[in-house]
Amino acid sequence: MTELDVSLTVNGQRRLARVEPRKTLADLLRQDLGLTGTHLGCEHGVCGSCTVLVDGLAVRSCLMFGVQADGSEVTTVEGLAGDEPGSLGPLQRAFWETHGLQCGFCTPGFVVSVTAFLEECPDPDDEQIREALSGNLCRCTGYQGIIRGVRLAARLRREEQEARA
Amino acid sequence: MKAAAFDYHRPASVDAAVGLLAELGDEAKVLAGGQSLVPVMAMRLGRPEHIVDVNRVAELEGVSRSDGTLRVGALTRHRALERDELIAGAAPLLTRAAPYIGHFQIRNRGTLGGSLAHADPAAELPAVAVALDAGIEVRSARGTRRIPAGEFFVSAFMTALEPDELVTALHVPVWGPGSGFAVAELARRQGDFALAGAACGVQLRGGLITRAAVGLFGMGAVPVRARAAEQALTGASVGEVDLDGLARDAVAPLRPASDIHGSGAYRRRAGAHMISLALDRALAEAQGTREAGA
Repeated sequence: MTELDVSLTVNGQRRLARVEPRKTLADLLRQDLGLTGTHLGCEHGVCGSCTVLVDGLAVRSCLMFGVQADGSEVTTVEGLAGDEPGSLGPLQRAFWETHGLQCGFCTPGFVVSVTAFLEECPDPDDEQIREALSGNLCRCTGYQGIIRGVRLAARLRREEQEARA
Repeated sequence: MKAAAFDYHRPASVDAAVGLLAELGDEAKVLAGGQSLVPVMAMRLGRPEHIVDVNRVAELEGVSRSDGTLRVGALTRHRALERDELIAGAAPLLTRAAPYIGHFQIRNRGTLGGSLAHADPAAELPAVAVALDAGIEVRSARGTRRIPAGEFFVSAFMTALEPDELVTALHVPVWGPGSGFAVAELARRQGDFALAGAACGVQLRGGLITRAAVGLFGMGAVPVRARAAEQALTGASVGEVDLDGLARDAVAPLRPASDIHGSGAYRRRAGAHMISLALDRALAEAQGTREAGA
């Protein structure tokens, strides 16, 4: 089997890997680049746990082969943490405060999806939030805490931007 | 849940892509958005020897309009169908169908050409193509041909595409003024596969319906064109059409399959309701009474 070279930017850093074409982007990130924050639940595009940003767009990394990301910019949940080592980003803090997670397995996917969603829709109503969350499955929370987390994150984000303006 | 090994090809042009398909025949699968093909490979329901990844073929992108026809490149992502202004102006049914496809993460990758070639019986875009008499442009090393959508879908997940052919674009007739379009779909949850759905268009002149298109999905192995309903609508005056009756008649001959999500009889009833809902919205839009954003 032929392995191919892949060069991509992950969380702002240039990374290289040599992978079989059949290896998904999710497995490339986890196994070859050691970024295990991206989780794999179903591995066939249903659960959303593996969501990452590719060139700014939220996609399921289990439904892309790693070789397809050659030349792309990828952001994983690790790239959404706070500036200080071990600290949380604003969206992660909002999830923490609203009990937007229990076991936490699905959380990276939610955090990445919601990051992309709030970028496009900074002041969402509840229906928009629910629709945006529909592509990610959570088996613990019953989603109510997650919805509150998105509401809080949207508010914090807007306040932050108003303060800056 | 790992795909079997394959050889990976990434052509940069349509010529190179169809050259590969000519050489590799049915051992090759075209990879576009991958939102259906990759799960099929992960579950080992399919194990193609060769993958021809067309994501870097720039010729497959782009939207253009000429001579009453909108040409939408096969690599147009569902997300672009939702947002492209040229599409919204010329073929609003595509715009309105797109939000029903999966979730936004899926729509960021999934493509128009991929949806047509995959031919899922519950898919929205094939029904839109059939309802609007669209033409599916396909290329092979042997040449280009345009397949009428009504002849393209052969059975569930089966199309008229030959193994060496690549879908390159969809050609959609542009309707004139006084037209309205709507999609209605029943699914258990946002983003789920449709239990039943309808994609409809109507055109009015002086209170009379001069043109009608009714396409159904999730109601059989292939998208269904409800021709009797279209005939009943055409020539009728807007105030006098019995949408519920016409919708019931439209689904009466259909025998959608039963599965764990719903019985065939339930799908038929749901389908009838989706037809009358979509037609009602399309008529309202055509009459200009549809509120912005509704």
